Amino acid sequence: MNDTHAPLLELRNLTTMFPTRRGEVRAVEAVNLTLRKGQILGLVGESGCGKSTVLLSILGLIAKPGRVDKGQVLLEGRDITHLSGGEMRRIRGREIAMIFQDPLSTLNPAFHVGEQIRESLRLHHMMLGPPWPLDRAKKAREKKRVIEVMQEVGIPAPEARYKAYPHQFSGGMQQRALIAIGLACQPKVLLADEPTTALDVTIQAQIVALMRRINQEHHTAIILVTHDLGLAAEFCDHIAVMYAGRIVEIGPTDQVIEEPRHPYTAGLLRCIPHVGERRAIEPIPGNVPDLADLPPGCAFSLRCDSARPVCNEGFFRLQPASADAVKRGEGGHWARCLRLTDYQMPALED
Amino acid sequence: MTTSTDIRTQPAWRYLLDIRLRLWRRNLADFWAELRKHPVALIAGVVILIYILAALFAPQITAHDPERGSLRQRLIPPAWEEGGSWTYPLGTDGQGRDIYTRILFGARVSLAVGLLSVGISVIIGLALGAAAGYYRGRLDSILSRFADLLMAFPFLIFAIGVMAFMGPGFTNLILALTFKGWVEFFRLARGEVMAEKTREYVEAARVSGQSHTRIMLSEITPNIMQSIFVLATLRMGFMIVTEASLSFLGLGIQPPTPAWGSMVADGRNTLLNAWWVSTIPGLAIVFLVLAINLFGEGLRDILDPRLKIE
Amino acid sequence: MRLVKVIERLLAAIPIMLGVAVIVFVFMRMTPGDPVDIMMGQGGTVSEGEVERLRSEFNLDKPIHVQLGLFLSDLARGDLGNSFTKQQPVASLIGERLPATIELAFGSLFIGLLIAFPIGILSAVKQNSLLDRLSMGAAFLGISMPSFWLGIILILIFSVKLHWLPVQGRIDYDAGLQTVTGLYMLDSILTGNGPALISSLKHLILPSIALGSAVAAIVARVLRSSLLEILRSDYVKLARAKGAGETTVVMKHAVRNALIPTVTVVGLQVGVLLGGNMIVETVFSWPGLGRLVVEAIFNRDFPLVQGAVMVYAFIFVAANLVVDVLYTYLNPKIEM
Repeated sequence: MNDTHAPLLELRNLTTMFPTRRGEVRAVEAVNLTLRKGQILGLVGESGCGKSTVLLSILGLIAKPGRVDKGQVLLEGRDITHLSGGEMRRIRGREIAMIFQDPLSTLNPAFHVGEQIRESLRLHHMMLGPPWPLDRAKKAREKKRVIEVMQEVGIPAPEARYKAYPHQFSGGMQQRALIAIGLACQPKVLLADEPTTALDVTIQAQIVALMRRINQEHHTAIILVTHDLGLAAEFCDHIAVMYAGRIVEIGPTDQVIEEPRHPYTAGLLRCIPHVGERRAIEPIPGNVPDLADLPPGCAFSLRCDSARPVCNEGFFRLQPASADAVKRGEGGHWARCLRLTDYQMPALED
Repeated sequence: MTTSTDIRTQPAWRYLLDIRLRLWRRNLADFWAELRKHPVALIAGVVILIYILAALFAPQITAHDPERGSLRQRLIPPAWEEGGSWTYPLGTDGQGRDIYTRILFGARVSLAVGLLSVGISVIIGLALGAAAGYYRGRLDSILSRFADLLMAFPFLIFAIGVMAFMGPGFTNLILALTFKGWVEFFRLARGEVMAEKTREYVEAARVSGQSHTRIMLSEITPNIMQSIFVLATLRMGFMIVTEASLSFLGLGIQPPTPAWGSMVADGRNTLLNAWWVSTIPGLAIVFLVLAINLFGEGLRDILDPRLKIE
Repeated sequence: MRLVKVIERLLAAIPIMLGVAVIVFVFMRMTPGDPVDIMMGQGGTVSEGEVERLRSEFNLDKPIHVQLGLFLSDLARGDLGNSFTKQQPVASLIGERLPATIELAFGSLFIGLLIAFPIGILSAVKQNSLLDRLSMGAAFLGISMPSFWLGIILILIFSVKLHWLPVQGRIDYDAGLQTVTGLYMLDSILTGNGPALISSLKHLILPSIALGSAVAAIVARVLRSSLLEILRSDYVKLARAKGAGETTVVMKHAVRNALIPTVTVVGLQVGVLLGGNMIVETVFSWPGLGRLVVEAIFNRDFPLVQGAVMVYAFIFVAANLVVDVLYTYLNPKIEM
């Protein structure tokens, strides 16, 4: 861990609401996260726990009537939560880029792949030059850069593939193209929303390797959203586990994986199958709770085998989950569970 | 508990009929509850009902003769205009006939044409479409080719062509409209039957030894009737406009029988000094067709949200 | 490769055209009495020998399949027979009137799309707004309104009351236009005749609105509903995440894809335009094919009616062919 860098991206108490017929639902509630330069953070949880909403909230892309209700998003110390549309657009794709889950439906079916990558460059005026229609030279430079990026993400024969349509690509190639769109402007932060879920296992490994290489070569910080704790364990420096819109456990990967302090994390770990190991997978009983109808206290209490009546009383803060947690602050290991109150330490949250 | 549902005291057919009726009544109640959530469709339904009643009771509602007028009463403006009178609430036409009366009687033509042409189209289209979709094979390919061929004619052109060759008149009008009208129902029924055929309940009926015809009539048809009904409503408006267009050209209902289309055409000669002769009967068409289309749209929302008809 | 596809479609249209001709032939033969009887009924005194001559001229003395064969081979040579009443080849009569009809069709298509696109796009972007509700209500009205009635209302308002636009015809008598193509607006431009251009434009506006409003209504509805679906799609989300502004997102990413279903519907609307064409030409006394047919029907000039119906069907098939080809260009997923 390298704590000497200033935080690149910081979420403070971020809360995102969606009005529904049964009242307002907090899809993301009081989320605090810190991402440093070059860091890879995993955001793990079952579907519907608010992971993707966190990413969209960062980019200010929550679809109406949803909204970021409280909290801040700081990019290099600058609050970007309340920027104007134009200012926010200069950040999207340029400073913070996003990769989506389903590459085929995310690429526009009507445009050449190369043009879609070039659009990122054009939108952010990455190449200086006269405007249309005197932009021949600029266009050529943009094309050159597109081919460079395509090469970088491992699309073979990029010149030939520049004028291919998305449906002519394989799933893995589509995801590479999508990553190329994200990387075109060399953003500081890459938000990856389940980038490997829709892909075959072998392709998954290639995409993960590609993202790791990008992280190492450009020091691009990455937030990886995934439901696969195994993938997060393999790929991320830090892991945050989310449940029902809240972070229930966060810490350095080794600590979270080896000493999970929240029963939900422990449950997720027991769900990972291991090759060559004939251990039965133990699913977590029950389903993700309805966000409009959460139990009081700990949202996980309904499915937790060590839940006690007291778990449904009051509000739980993130508690230090290791001896050095308080000293390390947000870099330490924290969990939101009553069983940790034995530590008797002051809480990090307000 | 009434005894009528008890199979021990009733013949089987009475028992079955009773169940059917109960189901039907319950569906109707459900449908009514849904309809009340679509106020626009409900209002449209009421408008349609008013038109139907007006057509049925036209002779009771008005005292004037729809086909004969008095030339001394020519071109009297509507009641609210200067020179108008409540004897002729919507004015009179160039032959001194009461426009209001003619609109009421004209509703008979429009509604009859709409109902008959769509009704016959549904029967033909449903029968052929269900057969083609169920049996496939050569029957299907011949019918589908023929349907494709008919689709190569724009609807109105086809109807005009048929009327031109067969001559005007009510029967020929219905024939002209159904010659091509069945095709859409054929396509819908064929597609739906092909989809339904693969479903489990049809399989189950097959296994239990029912004949093809029986399966088609008792199992499949009830399940596709909703889509057919929605399409039928939406086509009804189209048929009424087409009839009005043909009558406007003089190819449909012949004078002196009042038809809205020909009333509009009559008024064109006096457009400069008597605007109402042409425009008011046209308004009758617009309101009815608008009501039918809005009602059809509401029906689609209620019965068959996935159906898209352009 | 695209060319192969286009040629394939072209070839597929041939059996349809053939089928259209056969259907028209069958209908003609189904009518009570043969053409010569009808002509006699009209012409009055015709001698017995004349009847025989006419029968052999129309090939009525030959077996039915031979008649069909002759009919089709004539058709293939572009020979649609002779008009009963005008004693001229049907093909040349139709040819004379076709430019007027084409001009009106383009005018109404242009007006229809000109109205439909902004309305369809705006009401999708501002879904459930007042604008959306009003324009979708208007679209409903547009679909339910018979074109002849709309035409009359337009005449009443813009010609009779306001005196802005002419009631009927294609051009003023004194415009002195030299016809080149028969499309008056194009001819005025080609011959540099300013007053004629203005006059023909003025004459074209009302009929085009009367005919184009239904197209506008339907296209606006389709455009709106497909845009609504597309605006929720992942690739629109990506476009926003790239930093594209709303205008780029809607006009480039969304509309481009919404064009695919819209074009199909526009193709079907050509049929409505052709049918409505007869009505609107009658209302505005537009000297096109539609009026020719309506007159021919009343004169019981069957060769002319038959020829015109076939031409209409052929235009419809051709229009759908164009749409099919356009579709392959718009939708890259159609493999070449």
